[in-house]
Amino acid sequence: MSQQQSVLYDAPGPRARRVTLIVSVLSAVAAVIAGYFLVYRPLAEREQFTMEKWGPLIDPGNEVFGQVWTLLGEGVTATLTAAGLAIVLSLLFGTALAVLRIQLKALLRRRFTGLATSFALALRALSWLLNLVTRFCVEVFRGLPVVITIFFVARGLPDLGVEIVLPFGHEMLPYLVLGLTIYNGVVIAEILRSGMEGLPSGQRESAAAIGLTSFQTTRMILLPQAFRIMLPALISQLIVVLKDTSLGFIIGYQETLLVGRTIIQNLRNPIQVYLVIGVLFIAVNYALSKLAESVQRRLAQGRRTSTAAQPPTPPPASTLAGQQTAAGTGGSATGTATSDTA
Amino acid sequence: MRVLVDHFDVFVGGFWLTLQLCVLSATGALLIGTFVAILRISPVPPLRWLGGAYVTVLRNVPLTVVMFFSAFGLPALGSNADFLRIPGLSTVFSRLGIDLPYFRFAIIALSVYTGAFVCEAIRSGINAVPPGQAEAARAIGLTFTQNLRYVVLPQAWKAAIVPLGSVIIAMIKNSALAGFFGVVGDLSNSAQNLTSALGEPIIPVFVGISIGFLIMTVPLGLLLDRVEARRAVAR
Amino acid sequence: MRISRMAAVAASAALAVSMAACGDSGGDGTGSENPDVATPSFEAGTTMAELSEAGTMTVGTKFDQPGFGLQGLDGEPAGFDVEIAKLIAAELGIAADDIEYVEAPSAVREELLEQDRVDIVVATYTINPARKERIDFAGPYYVAGQHIMVRTDDDSITGPESFEAGDKKVCSAQGSTPAENIQEYLADAGEQLVLFDVYEKCVDALRGGQVDAVTTDNVILLGFIADNEGDFKLAGEKFTDEPYGIGVKKGDDAFRDFINDTLEKIYEDGSYAQAWESTAGEFDDNTPTGPAVDRY
Repeated sequence: MSQQQSVLYDAPGPRARRVTLIVSVLSAVAAVIAGYFLVYRPLAEREQFTMEKWGPLIDPGNEVFGQVWTLLGEGVTATLTAAGLAIVLSLLFGTALAVLRIQLKALLRRRFTGLATSFALALRALSWLLNLVTRFCVEVFRGLPVVITIFFVARGLPDLGVEIVLPFGHEMLPYLVLGLTIYNGVVIAEILRSGMEGLPSGQRESAAAIGLTSFQTTRMILLPQAFRIMLPALISQLIVVLKDTSLGFIIGYQETLLVGRTIIQNLRNPIQVYLVIGVLFIAVNYALSKLAESVQRRLAQGRRTSTAAQPPTPPPASTLAGQQTAAGTGGSATGTATSDTA
Repeated sequence: MRVLVDHFDVFVGGFWLTLQLCVLSATGALLIGTFVAILRISPVPPLRWLGGAYVTVLRNVPLTVVMFFSAFGLPALGSNADFLRIPGLSTVFSRLGIDLPYFRFAIIALSVYTGAFVCEAIRSGINAVPPGQAEAARAIGLTFTQNLRYVVLPQAWKAAIVPLGSVIIAMIKNSALAGFFGVVGDLSNSAQNLTSALGEPIIPVFVGISIGFLIMTVPLGLLLDRVEARRAVAR
Repeated sequence: MRISRMAAVAASAALAVSMAACGDSGGDGTGSENPDVATPSFEAGTTMAELSEAGTMTVGTKFDQPGFGLQGLDGEPAGFDVEIAKLIAAELGIAADDIEYVEAPSAVREELLEQDRVDIVVATYTINPARKERIDFAGPYYVAGQHIMVRTDDDSITGPESFEAGDKKVCSAQGSTPAENIQEYLADAGEQLVLFDVYEKCVDALRGGQVDAVTTDNVILLGFIADNEGDFKLAGEKFTDEPYGIGVKKGDDAFRDFINDTLEKIYEDGSYAQAWESTAGEFDDNTPTGPAVDRY
């Protein structure tokens, strides 16, 4: 029962409570009946509940149970490996890109006085051009489906003669990680950039007042704060990455879903296997989103006093139920734009 | 870059099909998302749990899995998604009406998946409405439905518009997956076909496909940035 | 992918048992006895010498084609293509256990070779002029033909011409020759054609009635017919000849000659027939006599 919801209606009196109870029971019964007739019956008729189909997944006594779970374990390991590498690299790449863009913006404001006029003009043109190029790259990779990015990284790079070989993992791992990194790095860069730009201007001004250079300001003052504010959004981005590793099936990376395909081809139980895989994903991601929520709560408690910089909370980052503060949209739309991909 | 000229019709056709897919799925997602959001704020506990469960499940599985259940689970339930073959719509969106159900399956998967995110976007909008508004509405004796309809939702939409736009952009990008689940001729399926079956060079095809997607996503993204900037000023 | 041999042997034994239990004939774990390994010597600098020296080779094959290359629960593929690859490896002095398999879906076979990610591709790989521009083929080692599979109770489809009316729907695999071939017979690809990454999904779609037919090479279809006793049948006659070749990197003529020699040798000594009988022969008992190799 969150604050916000209870605001919408009065505390129920006896009659309302009765009505609620009746409606509750009726809707619960209706849901069960609908489930039975629309899902259970058709599936049962098609013999989807036989032990032959479920046994290998849930019955340790089944002769292939061990094999199936060994395979699934390998798949999950591959998924986590790819996701872990991708998120670390995305963070590094994203931070670098965010700092670069902030720096370039700062450069644009400089007039390079004290240098020869032509030289100053050239420098300004250069910084303008660089700014344009990075902006262009960000817009392109933010706007492309990550599937397409992965697909073409995996097939285009070797085509150009660029080969990446890692000492471990599946041979497609580097391409999947690279594809995910390009996309998520750009997204994280935007999250951080909007976080830094959303900070009260006093922060930057006081940093300048005590004589910090613009790079020092970014590194010591803005970035740490942006990270703190953006932590929930960053964690939810981790969930996105984890889900996106499943796109590895397109380039033949042996992650959970592709392993699932192998099992299905041998045992012919697609619905069962995908259900189990779905549950695995839900378990891991649900834990992560709970983590994101608790981090967010902590931050909210620690920052009750300051209302100046509200955390721009992308709606999918966490269920905002009960959060008193308005869902600030301090960030650019992109902070939220990418909070869900396949 | 000759492939762009030689197969121009393929790129245009792919773009057109992806666009249809997105328009239909966005409509579906908004309907589903609004409905689930209403469930989630209703005074009836089981409905709230149902909505919550829906969002939790759908937000935490990869779209690939949802796509799979749509394309292979629905047939297992004996459905070909024929309810989407709406007479008027089928004339505009020709793929809706044909016997092959995979276009419809893709729409269902995208709508159902994106619906969960739409629901959250709407809820974030509702959360952004100052509680005093709803309290005042109750004080003058409005019922729950009236309260939502006349006071909360009109304001919530304003706050939800940017997150909603973001969700729709994400959905456009997600639609690329449809080409791998039996929808023939959309942008990503065309990319597959051009590069593998016809052996066209990879980079030019990539450029062509990218342009197709960017035409849809970038203007929307820039528009959202504008809207957001204006709202920030207004605040 | 790499698992210890002990585990793999145990696993395939268990698999064989389970297969028998399910009445599933999707190729048993290991096919035939692994071929005897030769101890050859090659001219320095050739691909053969390199591979022989390394003692291992990478083979691109299908992971989803019953009878030709189907990945088992032990993670290793098994089937006729895999057996042929083992015979070639044996001729190079490479033991069957030292072969590394890479999945080679129809869509990316040329790239795997062009980018040196595999040494050879043995993956129901039809020889055709367009592909010859990018890679070279040894063989053919088998001639398949495109065929159409329908539900047993459906007599309305008699051949590819049945699709010209535009009301029948057909499924095939992305980027494959059969998918290209069938398009000529379709009135409207958008309404009639479905493409998936694997044929398994096509079979599901056929069973569920979403499509009326699946088209690909006859042997692959026979595999599905055998796996789903009584559900499906072939319609009409095969309407193309699909010579399967072994893909090697463009211009590596010495290696191509060597593989062709190897093919001729295994046709002679019976190991070719044995490879067939232990794999695809389970659902097509016409053991082929090896087709004449094409040394272009």
